[in-house]
Amino acid sequence: MDFNFTPEEEAFRAEVRRFLDENLPPEAERDLAFMTAWQQKVREKGWIGFSWPKEVGGGGGSIAEQVILKEEMARRKAPPLGTCFMGLAWVGPALIEYGTEEQKQRFIPDIIDGAYQWCTGYSEPDSGSDLASLKCKAVRDGDEYVVTGQKTWTSIAMWSNWIILLVRTGAGEQVRHKGITCLLVPMDAPGITVNPIKNMSGGTMFAEVFFDDVRVPVENRLGEEGEGWGVTITALAHERSGIAEVTSLQRSLERIRELARSCRRNGRPAALDPRIRRRIAEADARVEAMRLNGFRFLTKQLRGEKLGSETSINKLLRAELEVELGELALEIQGTRGTLARGTDLVPDGGKWQHFALSWPEVVIGGGTPNIQKNIIAERILGLPKDP
Amino acid sequence: MNFGFTEEQELLRNEVRKFLDENCPLEEVRRISESSEGFDRELWNQIAELGWLGLTIPEEHGGADLGWVDLVVILEEAGRTLFPLPLLSTTLAAAAIRLCGSAEQQARWLPSIADGSAIGTLAFLEEDDIQGPEGIRLRATAGDEVEAGEKLFVCDAGIADLFVVALRSGDGPTDLCLAVLERGAAGLGVENLPGVDLTKRLGRVRFEGVHLAEDAILARGGDACAAITRLQDLGAAAVAAEMVGAAEAALQLTVSYARDRIQFGQPIGTFQGVKHPLAEMYVDIESMKSLVYYAAWCLGEDHEDAALAASRAKAYASEAFARIGLDAIQLHGGIGYTWEYDAQLFLKRSKWARPIFGDADYHYERVASSGGL
Repeated sequence: MDFNFTPEEEAFRAEVRRFLDENLPPEAERDLAFMTAWQQKVREKGWIGFSWPKEVGGGGGSIAEQVILKEEMARRKAPPLGTCFMGLAWVGPALIEYGTEEQKQRFIPDIIDGAYQWCTGYSEPDSGSDLASLKCKAVRDGDEYVVTGQKTWTSIAMWSNWIILLVRTGAGEQVRHKGITCLLVPMDAPGITVNPIKNMSGGTMFAEVFFDDVRVPVENRLGEEGEGWGVTITALAHERSGIAEVTSLQRSLERIRELARSCRRNGRPAALDPRIRRRIAEADARVEAMRLNGFRFLTKQLRGEKLGSETSINKLLRAELEVELGELALEIQGTRGTLARGTDLVPDGGKWQHFALSWPEVVIGGGTPNIQKNIIAERILGLPKDP
Repeated sequence: MNFGFTEEQELLRNEVRKFLDENCPLEEVRRISESSEGFDRELWNQIAELGWLGLTIPEEHGGADLGWVDLVVILEEAGRTLFPLPLLSTTLAAAAIRLCGSAEQQARWLPSIADGSAIGTLAFLEEDDIQGPEGIRLRATAGDEVEAGEKLFVCDAGIADLFVVALRSGDGPTDLCLAVLERGAAGLGVENLPGVDLTKRLGRVRFEGVHLAEDAILARGGDACAAITRLQDLGAAAVAAEMVGAAEAALQLTVSYARDRIQFGQPIGTFQGVKHPLAEMYVDIESMKSLVYYAAWCLGEDHEDAALAASRAKAYASEAFARIGLDAIQLHGGIGYTWEYDAQLFLKRSKWARPIFGDADYHYERVASSGGL
């Protein structure tokens, strides 16, 4: 056990710090021109797709270097590395593991450049937690698949150029999982209709996507026919590693501490209320547990072992924290917590009210807490499957 | 960056587990803990021979000079079998002597701890039940006479040979002293207290005209204050390490029951009402492990996060293990309520471990303050 880094790794940390000293202005001065220039500079450093192999255009960073890069970026509240969020989070990793050479060359440089957005077509109206029951159908016709059906809760579908899509190519209970195939489909293909859905915070981040005889070339299939479930598991496992989310939770928690010091309710600053102090401390310990769990997962990977269902641990912890931090932020404000954006009586321009209404995006997307508990109970504890 | 155990540590874990499975299964734990003394000299000598008691003691005094992460491995396994002998108390007494004892004091006491001939314990808490240096009220005068009074909740007091006692020597916050008193010292009385968890004995130590010899004083003033704080952090991390093992054993017991017990024509572990609490226990246990291992590493390295890491670990463990103890009983149904079935032993351990070296309220408040609240 050793949380220290090697001299080479510390040299990398020094390089990152130097870069940030030279290229990162205070938060208030970060305008659009800066953001564009920033993405270009971190692209040149090889820090977008830093964990990916150099052969595909990634940065080839070691696991320790990835941790250092994330830590330093978070410490200085730097903007994200890259703008193609889902491409970087799971389309890229799935391409690296399952893609053909041609597919890698075609898509990965654009993901790194942030040329356009990817969206993810998994859930359907009748297939949410029971994803493997999905019905959106693809029928082979010569060198093409013809896709018919509907996806829903598809985040940023209306701003995406491509969708990573799960379709059914085989029917029947025996081929439930093996009848699923993964296709990469351009969103401007004839027959695709996107219908945005307004969420409870008033924003519009996700949409229904309809497929009406959409023709997709066979070369756009990711993995073999019937291998789509494996591709998804790879992608969702990347989504569950949790280490990246820790820095954002740490940041939220720090701002909630500031909020507790500045908000007065019941005649005193919220930070003096024993129950508020206790809940902030509990959240602090949970975020730290997530950070350290993440380090244990990384150590496992460093030792050449594959990560399995244990990544559901952090997914569950994160789910609880996202809800709790939103609740805390509103309770700290007392009666002001009832107000929304548009009055100077509300702290921080009302952003916490939005925060407290936005958790479902991360808590439900990628598998609800109850599904994560099933995964842990069945795959790790060996309890019988339900149903 | 490496957050895992070494091969040697994994070997140590396997050896400890194998020894305890063979020599101290729960039937044996019951036999020992239901005896009047709650102690077994033969088993104690065996673990001394295996080197567990000298694990963190320097080699020149008969120990193995290993670190707190190694100790966590043993404590976790000891927790798994609810090991009823005073391993934890003795290790902390040794830590006190190593932390601030002179060369002569170390040579005087550490070899007898390492070879099993002396059982040690910390005597810090008093009637007001306040953790930390500010809770030390019992006074020693300028002439090192201890005023009449008592230390309470002293772990394993009934069988201890060495008491590491924290005393107040003045009104300033660091006017403290730390001393070793041997069993049988003039004016020192020991009395057993009845406890909920029979595997963890507690006692009262009375002071009636006790004189501290100069060579009994381990530290005074700021050194004593820092040592008391550090020993409480070590104690919190050590208890939390035992809690990890005990919680994991309670989970395993309950998981195997949920797999075997058939109701409504299927194993009850099929139902989400049963499997979800079990999954929650698992998440808590894995998080406890991460927090405890990190605390042990920080304490061993004298890292700046050490106190905070110990508080996070003990706070989280105190709440989580208490819940796990209750859920383990409830998920078993009627059988869990019986004396004969083992689930109750884990519940009782959680009642002991929750407040020892600070409960969740105490440690979460420390976390809150250190976060600037």
